Amino acid sequence: MKSRDEIAKGLAISGYIADNELATAISLMQLLKRPLLLEGEAGVGKTEVAKALAHLHATELIRLQCYEGLDQSSALYEWNYQRQLLAIQAHRGTDSIEDQIFSEKYLLERPLLAAIRRPTPPVLLIDEIDRADDEFEAFLLELLSDFQVSIPELGTIRAISIPHVVLTSNGTRELSDALRRRCLYHYVDFPDVDREARIIMARVNGASASLSLQIARMVEGVRKEELRKVPGVAETLDWAAALVGLDVRDLHDAPETVQETLMCLVKTQEDRARLTREVSMRILGKVA
Amino acid sequence: MSCCGASPDFEELDAVSRLVAQKLAAFLRTLRDNGFRIGIAEGRDAAALMAAGYAERPGLFRSALKHLFSARKSDWDRFDGLFDAFWLGKRVRSRSLAKGTAKAANNPSLKSLQDGTQAGGQSATDQVPSGDDAPEGRSGEGRMEGASRADNLAEVDFRKLAEPEQIAQAHEAAASLAKAMRTRLTRRDLARRRGHRLDLRRTIHRNISHGGVPIALVKRKRKDKPLRLVVLLDASGSMSAYTGVFLRFIHGVLDEFREADAFVFHTRLAHVSDAMKEKDAARALDRLSLLAQGAGGGTKIGESLQTFNRAHAARVLHSRSCVMIVSDGYETGDAALLGREMAQLAKRCRRIVWLNPMMGWQGYAPEAKGIKAALPHVDLYAPANTLKSLAALEPYLTRL
Repeated sequence: MKSRDEIAKGLAISGYIADNELATAISLMQLLKRPLLLEGEAGVGKTEVAKALAHLHATELIRLQCYEGLDQSSALYEWNYQRQLLAIQAHRGTDSIEDQIFSEKYLLERPLLAAIRRPTPPVLLIDEIDRADDEFEAFLLELLSDFQVSIPELGTIRAISIPHVVLTSNGTRELSDALRRRCLYHYVDFPDVDREARIIMARVNGASASLSLQIARMVEGVRKEELRKVPGVAETLDWAAALVGLDVRDLHDAPETVQETLMCLVKTQEDRARLTREVSMRILGKVA
Repeated sequence: MSCCGASPDFEELDAVSRLVAQKLAAFLRTLRDNGFRIGIAEGRDAAALMAAGYAERPGLFRSALKHLFSARKSDWDRFDGLFDAFWLGKRVRSRSLAKGTAKAANNPSLKSLQDGTQAGGQSATDQVPSGDDAPEGRSGEGRMEGASRADNLAEVDFRKLAEPEQIAQAHEAAASLAKAMRTRLTRRDLARRRGHRLDLRRTIHRNISHGGVPIALVKRKRKDKPLRLVVLLDASGSMSAYTGVFLRFIHGVLDEFREADAFVFHTRLAHVSDAMKEKDAARALDRLSLLAQGAGGGTKIGESLQTFNRAHAARVLHSRSCVMIVSDGYETGDAALLGREMAQLAKRCRRIVWLNPMMGWQGYAPEAKGIKAALPHVDLYAPANTLKSLAALEPYLTRL
């Protein structure tokens, strides 16, 4: 078991700059064996947490992307029908064929089944759980409490190892209280200037400390404007990469480039129109 | 390390730890009073955390409990204040109670529930029309002294209901109407489900016993999203004669309606679905009247809609949603903002129904600036000042 500081350090090595609270949450995940539910605006790096966690534990990341209509056959397991049919055709007349085609050889593992059958506990990322239907959420709850799966033709499959489960939600639907209570909760906010600058330095090659700080301050200013789509950390990194690629050393030296590359940050026509030259220069003026 | 193994028996604890455990239990009670949903397992895990040495550093302990006990953003935001108030004795407790508007008021402590009953009593007097409306109300009442009192009631303007009995009757009628509408709406929704496309994978699976010859076909049924109703009710002073009946009507529609949400607004917006889910209508209304009692000032419809669009729309609206706005359209804020926010809202949902009680009055024309700005985006603009006009909405809603 790792302490909070070790966790923060480990995450930093994998390129994720965590605040103290997130490090606490991750140490609690280990201690209490509970899943971690991450909520927050789009683009604040919820999915990245799971990736960094996999890196921290030096284990595999298994990802289940949720969507409307996601069902057991694409989340848990499915029989390989084509293969079963071929086997039937090939062994026509043999009696034992039924035992054969319902064996593990003909079973297709989907993410949830895969996650509980690994010898070392993987990180299971259930992404955007709010996009899945209520029914799936209920089913997931059952799996997360028992960690076993029953397949009618094959029997019950128990977990070989209990995965580290991370769930993310964007709040497009209200999640059930039962699921919320089962999980540890962490709200991922936009990073503050200092942390965002450190994120830029960790993720963008060639970004100097002073430029990173300028970019972070500028982005903070942009976020305060009344935009429809507030730029996330991913957008910040894109922009930083663009500026570094265009050989910008200091934002004040290249106001033209700043204005032209703002498209990395704002992604709708409406927001683009709102960030006029005057507005962006005013924000830039405040950046020391 | 398992969570259960770490928690020692109560008897084995020394005096200090026992005191701390009792204090922890009291803290859990405080949190529950503040609307946190905390089960027994969470309490046990908290004890395990204390045993694991988390309690020795207050900052760490607070952060750990925050993750464990919060279940949503509103909990997350309030937790630090509650923790500090309880454990460190800072005087922020009352403030954070008041700050957590919707949530805190929806799950009030015993004391605030009692206050709520009083508030409910006050709001009941609100429904009695005052001033120049009152004489009219009396004359209307005179006409109704007939045998078929209930039928007549259907056509009487809500604001002309003066006697408590009549109001109660109108409430009953509104509730039963809502119930009937809800049942019919859901039933039709079920009957409409039909599959068109062929599900190849399942067809092959089903026909393995025929050696793969597709005899029994499996069709893919497109899952119909159930109709979702989102009600935004104006609870400002100018609407006070109608608020009571509408709250009862909304309570009826929302009760057991799986996909519905309700908001009340005057100068700000409050999410009231939780209070509305209360089975007992009277208690639900009591809880609500706390929220519905506005500052008594104007109505900021545009601003309230902006809050709705920003904070709630993504969660509560989908393509088969109907937004029902009940308001007289007397906007005291910026009418242009209302127009813009209505346009935003129209993009997000299937239909916008605007119910305006004033429309039923003779000689009323939509002159208010607010309603003029909003009307281009409204799909149905209807009067809703009598039970009959409420019932007339049903055929429209079924077509959604």
